[in-house]
Amino acid sequence: MANSSPAKTKPAAAPAQPTSMMSVIAPAVGWLIPGAGHIIQKRWIRGLLLLVSIGTLFVLGLMMQGHIYKANGGDILDMLGFIGDLGAGGMYIVTLAMNGGQGAIAFAIADYGTKFMIVAGLLNFIAVADAYHIAIGKKA
Amino acid sequence: MTIQLTHFSAAFVFALFASIVFGITHRETTRDMVRYGLYCFAMFLGGALLAGWAMWLVRK
Repeated sequence: MANSSPAKTKPAAAPAQPTSMMSVIAPAVGWLIPGAGHIIQKRWIRGLLLLVSIGTLFVLGLMMQGHIYKANGGDILDMLGFIGDLGAGGMYIVTLAMNGGQGAIAFAIADYGTKFMIVAGLLNFIAVADAYHIAIGKKA
Repeated sequence: MTIQLTHFSAAFVFALFASIVFGITHRETTRDMVRYGLYCFAMFLGGALLAGWAMWLVRK
């Protein structure tokens, strides 16, 4: 009697996405300037909204006398803050170069400002991932 | 130049901009983006208000 069990077949692998130049450039540009990764892919409105949203959060954080974390903070929470701040890309670099955000967190609003800047960086990481997904065709 | 936001206005601004980014990055179509952005905004601000009232009750 012939074996009637179905033959084991491997699930078809998803077709590999070709690495295009845009899939490298869009996230890089998007990290440096929030929303730019969308703008260079002709998603104008999305890009501008991301630029305004992330940029305003970061600038408001600075104006609220928030603190910018540096790489050599020492404390583990400072390092996490640094990773968040780093997501803001060009804005973080410019702020460090201008010696901004160096004050102590002396009152509640300054603490909110610090969190605003960290969240702006983290939101930019999400925007960078979104720009990458658009570049590889995973998202319209 | 410095700015002094109240606690509520800080929560409002945060909710507004975070919701815009969430809406754009987490949904595919424009209609879904707007709906999800509004949902996130309501959850952010509603959550803050609820937490505020809960803390008021605990303190009382």
